[in-house]
Amino acid sequence: MNNHFVIPGGFKKWSAGLMIVGALSLLVGIFVLHPGGSSHGDDVNSTRFWAVLLQNSIFWLLLVNTGMFFICITTLAMGGWQVAFRRVTEAISSLVPIMGLLTLIVILCIVLGHRIDIYPWLDKEHVASDKILSGKSGFLNPTFYTVASVLTIGLWAFIGRKMRQMSLETDEKGPMDYETGKAWVWKNVTWGSAFIVVFGLTVGSTTPWLWLMSIDPHWFSTMYSWYTFASTFVSGVSLIVLFVIYLKNRGELEYVTEEHLHDLGKFMFAFSIFWTYLWFSQYMLIWYSNQPEETIYFIQRIGTSEHAGPYKGIFFFNLIVNFVCPILILMKKSVKRNYTLMTFMAVLIIFGHWIDFYQMVMPGTVKGNPKMSWYEFGIPLGYIGLIMWGVGRYLSKHPMVPRNHPFLKESIIHHT
Amino acid sequence: MSVKKFVVGCFDDEKVLFPAIKNVRRAGYKIHDVYTPFPVHGLDHAIGIRETSLHTAGFIFGITGTATALGCMGWIFTSDWPLNIGGKPHFPLPAFIPITFETTVLFASVGMVMTFCYLCQMMPGVKKHHFHPRATDDLFVMVIECTEKTNETEVTSFLQTNGAIEVNVQEAEAGWWFGRYDKQQKLYRHEEVGY
Repeated sequence: MNNHFVIPGGFKKWSAGLMIVGALSLLVGIFVLHPGGSSHGDDVNSTRFWAVLLQNSIFWLLLVNTGMFFICITTLAMGGWQVAFRRVTEAISSLVPIMGLLTLIVILCIVLGHRIDIYPWLDKEHVASDKILSGKSGFLNPTFYTVASVLTIGLWAFIGRKMRQMSLETDEKGPMDYETGKAWVWKNVTWGSAFIVVFGLTVGSTTPWLWLMSIDPHWFSTMYSWYTFASTFVSGVSLIVLFVIYLKNRGELEYVTEEHLHDLGKFMFAFSIFWTYLWFSQYMLIWYSNQPEETIYFIQRIGTSEHAGPYKGIFFFNLIVNFVCPILILMKKSVKRNYTLMTFMAVLIIFGHWIDFYQMVMPGTVKGNPKMSWYEFGIPLGYIGLIMWGVGRYLSKHPMVPRNHPFLKESIIHHT
Repeated sequence: MSVKKFVVGCFDDEKVLFPAIKNVRRAGYKIHDVYTPFPVHGLDHAIGIRETSLHTAGFIFGITGTATALGCMGWIFTSDWPLNIGGKPHFPLPAFIPITFETTVLFASVGMVMTFCYLCQMMPGVKKHHFHPRATDDLFVMVIECTEKTNETEVTSFLQTNGAIEVNVQEAEAGWWFGRYDKQQKLYRHEEVGY
């Protein structure tokens, strides 16, 4: 019950290998793609270098951050069922500081390096002559961007650390009596609600506007932040599923049963539908009102009836992978309790939402010259390796079951 | 519609009820149903009720709703009465999706409620025999259906040794009927128990 994860050799090899692949792609990218090249969009490879880094650092950061969001919502809802695999979610969220640092480096290089091919609002002369952009300049300027990004990532890392600390403290203290347990749960609720407030003000609204939507600064959508959140939350739950199934197959996490997997599967199913709901709401309103400044976003992606855009395939592939597959495959109860199919669906959903982020970032940056080659695949592999390393490290340092958690029994006897 | 003989055993504790159910099933008696004052987790599993097919019905109702909405709107706007609305195509799929979605939900929910009522044999006006009034208060009531080969005294003592605090034998209608309780005396014999 009090066992730590002994990282198997294969796991170490894979995580190190993937990180080396990522680092090599970055290194080769620095020499081949000219990251310091023209920032006016005439050097496609230079733009591509930064756009891919932006897409991946933001995607994987938001993905690991939803681990803490998952803990906080279940804490606030007084949920007990997740306690059996709570340490896995904690392990995923323990990557927020390092992922946040990587993201900060990338976005600050972009902003301070004056990459106007990524963020057009960095061009001061252009902003002064553009009425819409000068109206938004109080929000979209390098100072605000930098301060908000640092503050956001700092708060995620700080509150997440606090939540993990409170969980780890219980391991030393021994079983809690009623009053101590009550006080401990209340302390968790307080910090958890602080995290939810910060999460709502960042991922729920401003952060996607700053980091992603400002790639097309003229265009705006009120659905955008929720869309980004749904995208990362469903892939975050898929990541939890992948690690839970991996550990179950290694014979760990003895309290996690098919019932827990079933509930995680319900999360994957429900948030895939939620994502589609937001995707459709954003698409339909813009399609219906048919105003040029709004439709430009979709014309860049699908193209017009005369001329198909270069992202048309990806755009519809995105919808099939993230909506049609989950609704048809995950609908049945037996599928949500099947390790093989759940692994398949989790990988598919993470890949699908990675593609989703690709089509959110690329059309506004590299425009008509999208590439999907060694660099686009090498960088995410590095991030996957990093996640594997971080999760393995956390689980090998701390017991895999929070044995003194007041709700542990509720999780053991959980029945859907 | 058939009047059958039942042995009714009352338990006042879940912890006694579950082993009793196990023993009764192992002894080969047929459990008609178990009535509880509140939902008991794992009870449906213990008495061996098969998985419900309500979700399959829901899926079929939903698909029917989708087909109805899309078919209806498609037919109206392309062949029956084509209108030019805001320069959109005659079959504007995105504009039809919300209505299709709502119709799907409507068909699925209404259809499932009706199917659920049918499967549980409850409807306005439908009556069923109540085996024990305290099944809605504080007793877990296990009802065993008798065949012509069943020895009631044997079942009664079997239930008593398994912890039932009260056991009686009733002859009552197994299914449901329309009507009023006070006018349907012929459907059950022991008037002092049940309604």
